[in-house]
Amino acid sequence: MTTAITREDVAHLARLARIAMTDDELDALAAQLDVILGAVARVQEVAAADIPPTSHSLDLSNVYRPDEPVPSLGAAAAVAAAPAAEGDRFRVPRILDEEA
Amino acid sequence: MSYDDVLDRYDPVLGLETHVELGTVTKLFCGCSTVFGAEPNTQVCPVCLGLPGSLPVTNAAAIDYTVRIGLALHCRIAEWCRFARKNYFYPDMPKNYQVSQYDEPLCVDGYLDVDVDGETFRIAIERVHLEEDTGKSMHVGGSTGRIHGATHSLVDYNRAGIPLVEIVTKPIAGTGHRAAAVARAYVTELRDLLRGLGVSDVRMEQGSLRCDVNVSLMPRGATEFGTRSETKNVNSLRSVERAVRYEVERQASRLDAGERVVQETRHFHEDTGTTSPGRSKEEAQDYRYFPEPDLVPIAPAPEWVEQLRATLPAPPSVARKQFATEHGFTDLELTQMTNAGVVELVRETIAAGAAPGKARGWWLGYLVGRANDAGVEAASLAITPAQVARVSALEDDGTLTNKLARQVVEAVLAGEGEPDAVIEAHGWKVAGEDELVAAVDGAIASMPDVAGKVRDGNQGALGPLVGAVMKATGGSADAKRARELLLERLG
Repeated sequence: MTTAITREDVAHLARLARIAMTDDELDALAAQLDVILGAVARVQEVAAADIPPTSHSLDLSNVYRPDEPVPSLGAAAAVAAAPAAEGDRFRVPRILDEEA
Repeated sequence: MSYDDVLDRYDPVLGLETHVELGTVTKLFCGCSTVFGAEPNTQVCPVCLGLPGSLPVTNAAAIDYTVRIGLALHCRIAEWCRFARKNYFYPDMPKNYQVSQYDEPLCVDGYLDVDVDGETFRIAIERVHLEEDTGKSMHVGGSTGRIHGATHSLVDYNRAGIPLVEIVTKPIAGTGHRAAAVARAYVTELRDLLRGLGVSDVRMEQGSLRCDVNVSLMPRGATEFGTRSETKNVNSLRSVERAVRYEVERQASRLDAGERVVQETRHFHEDTGTTSPGRSKEEAQDYRYFPEPDLVPIAPAPEWVEQLRATLPAPPSVARKQFATEHGFTDLELTQMTNAGVVELVRETIAAGAAPGKARGWWLGYLVGRANDAGVEAASLAITPAQVARVSALEDDGTLTNKLARQVVEAVLAGEGEPDAVIEAHGWKVAGEDELVAAVDGAIASMPDVAGKVRDGNQGALGPLVGAVMKATGGSADAKRARELLLERLG
């Protein structure tokens, strides 16, 4: 079974994930990802119609918590680990192309 | 080219996406408080900040509320569904993804009936799903707080993770000239329904109810939809109507000129009632949705769903009818109040002690006009139902004339304080009998011709004399008593 991950696929995903890649890396990863996906795709060979796809590593549903508040971190602790902050707000580079 | 001219030639198709912040005490996946207006980043924790190693756990109340919304909208409730990750890089979500629902929404295929001018439109609901709200960005360095010209942005994540329900309609066709009115009526009805369910405070001015408005046009009689625009974050009922009208006119002028409508996101400008282009959909986002691995599926038990269905409150239209019957309003009066969006305000004014007719009169006959003048919703006016009820009571007991009552209302709207304080500060009071008699005699003396007509039996000529009395007393005369005195003297 071929999955045929192309160089363009990898470049697209890298751009979406904000990862800069060299041409050599793109070629190498395309080939490697193709092999990895091919290996995983073998599952389809045994997946019969009566076997639902696995959704979660645990066979659980409806795990909830009550709507009861717990203390928050506090603004100082919240922004302490941020790369940049101004007052009690996180500071981020200006955002282009879009309005909030 | 006007809206009505356009709709003689084109059929509009609408689509409405409404976001509702649920009124849960805590966020969707963590126990942080959801109170509006807290200091920045005081309601955040490792889960809603997306810190490594944190694990979300779903708030049971959010599921309960969403299912109840779905049931009230006649939806089918999924027996099994999942949350999905919507991946994107934007600092309004600290995780670089938003937990939402993708191809497995919790509720599907419902409807909401809305009345416009006595005609019922059934708005089909495509889906109701649950997701987490985003943080709030403040853009610094630009002149207007918008992105253009900003040097950087400051982010407050208090809102990030608050449960947000998205309610999406199917395409709404066949509304013709009533498109804008139907859009407004739908959001109004939805707001009343959500308020009746008690699942949200539905305050558009605080952003707990927000609307995206999709509009497209096709030549009359066509069956293939035109290209649509999506106007984001339209945040008042009035703006919903204005956004539809503006887009109808804008798109028609393009189509008439032989140009095409671009599929894009647009922003609505409250001050001008216009829209402007935002991000173009043609550089389509690739969100790479996948099932959220940190959360287990939602599988509402059918018996539980039926229990919720059995406890739903009466729908808004029924609740309004009950309200009208209880207070003796006619169908026409109820329709007028519904269309003006003041049913809840009238209800509260009556609850605060006003007579039903007076409460309706103040809102429908006066305050709605003032709201229109100011370009805001009646509910946003700087006067409360309790204050209206107080003014009404003072008018009823003769402390204020109708004219003085309006002056008091104007002063309250201008921020001068409570009605009683305003009256005290201005020294406003109804003219005494002596002052009134003097004004009546003065009016007769200054208008002998008019007075003569009244003496000859023409009571229709009284108007100018009453007007003169009002003028002489600075509006503080009781008009009814003035008429009586005039007739006594001229009878």
